[in-house]
Amino acid sequence: MNPLDALVEQPVEWLRVSGPESDIVVSSRLRLARNLFGVPFLQKLENEQKVEVIETVEKAIRRSPRMKDAHYLKRAQLSELDLQFLLERHLISREHVEEKGEKAVAITSNEVVSLMVLEEDHLRLQAFQAGFSLMDTWRIINQIDDDLEKNLNYSFSASLGYLTACPTNVGTGLRASCMLHLPGLVLTKQVHKVLQALAKLNLTARGLYGEGTQATGNFFQFSNQTTLGQNEDEIIDNLAAVIRQVIEHEKEARRYLVEKKRVKFQDQVWRALGTLRSAHVISSTEATQLLSLVQLGLQLEILKGALTKQELNLLFLLIQPAHLQKLSRKALSAPERDIRRAELIRQKFQKISL
Amino acid sequence: MVCNLCGTKEATIHLTEIINNQMIEIHICEECANEKGTDFKTHFSFGDLLGGIPESGKSPKTGEKKLPNRCPSCGLTYEQFGKTGRLGCGACYDSFARLLIPLIKRIQRSIRHVGKKPGKVLSEQKSPQTLKDLQERLRKCIQGEEFEEAARLRDVIRQVEEKQKKPKRGKE
Repeated sequence: MNPLDALVEQPVEWLRVSGPESDIVVSSRLRLARNLFGVPFLQKLENEQKVEVIETVEKAIRRSPRMKDAHYLKRAQLSELDLQFLLERHLISREHVEEKGEKAVAITSNEVVSLMVLEEDHLRLQAFQAGFSLMDTWRIINQIDDDLEKNLNYSFSASLGYLTACPTNVGTGLRASCMLHLPGLVLTKQVHKVLQALAKLNLTARGLYGEGTQATGNFFQFSNQTTLGQNEDEIIDNLAAVIRQVIEHEKEARRYLVEKKRVKFQDQVWRALGTLRSAHVISSTEATQLLSLVQLGLQLEILKGALTKQELNLLFLLIQPAHLQKLSRKALSAPERDIRRAELIRQKFQKISL
Repeated sequence: MVCNLCGTKEATIHLTEIINNQMIEIHICEECANEKGTDFKTHFSFGDLLGGIPESGKSPKTGEKKLPNRCPSCGLTYEQFGKTGRLGCGACYDSFARLLIPLIKRIQRSIRHVGKKPGKVLSEQKSPQTLKDLQERLRKCIQGEEFEEAARLRDVIRQVEEKQKKPKRGKE
């Protein structure tokens, strides 16, 4: 049986809606880029060498106390749909999906840790936590990095740190990011100010699925841009300090909506709910946008009902194309998915009185 | 500094590219960068951009030093790196140091790693040079006015000296 099928309806650890500031910070994620010493980077690797890297990493994983029971999935075992499914769950990156050739991914059963093998670098280790918890996530990933390095020799230079295929990652190889839900700043048209300020602070904002994606449904990924010249704690502190400020601005925007623009805001939230309850065809972009408003309505108690924020968070994931197909246990064309998606959403909202 | 493309706005993005073995620096503003449609923050594919810059075709000045063509370890050329933004192997960082260090300084705003170190570093990975060699190279760099490389060497020397002072420094 495909081990991924077990994941479909499993509650996602990082969508628990727990952890600090989880109304605004959906999740915290860290990734480390590592390469094996003496082995060329990906673009100069022959196929045989790729297979060797995949095997070498597997051995290290099996000896690592915290990763030894992880699923280790090689490209040949994964269908296109599986790859898309893993992307939607943020367990692999878009680049890992699209690049041809041998590759693998290790995933712990609770989906907190994943390790992409032969993405842009030989190893891309990442760890996830719900809410605003970068330091906890750092402790998790740092320990696993320590475990793995006992059985792997990393390419490292005393002056430049961990050597990576792209000089934008050299040094710590660390990308720290938080996924923020900022409907307040979007609705009050202030989000562009935040995004402009970020660039000056050496930070970047990306869409829901990372590099090269647009922000949809008011979700933004904030991350550090530089990886050299600061140690890991400093990089994380720097990002956390900025995110703390963004959280304050978002809270203020939300207060403004509830206090000063209440009727208009209620109208937007209820219309969103109305559409979700009655649509028979809906795209994932529209659904994400509307769910985002309903989520905000619940958080600000414009809507009250039996639907928990956690169920709603999971719904954001289940309406994605690959998840819909896994739930339906068959391939669906885009128009079929739009119908299936609307059906699933109507079902969810029928049961509850809001 | 004014943008090389529109010539009016302040340039905030600075790139280095090699054409005919000559290092060329490009400075552009955010708006022109967006117009060119390239995401400079994550990788740098200069190709399209250079098309718009008149100076890029000028012949190299006499006396310019030749750059290494290929990384002896993996065979990657710096032009290939310019296209993909990806290096071929760890040794590329040394092979193209003279070009990469200024580039790294610009994108990372630093050229010195201060974070985590692996618990074990293979002996052949450690700088094989002795302190004497390094100091000799530093002297030559300063004479040749290669200050970026000199700064890097100075940092390496400092690290080596520190290590010799405290031979057994535990891992954080």
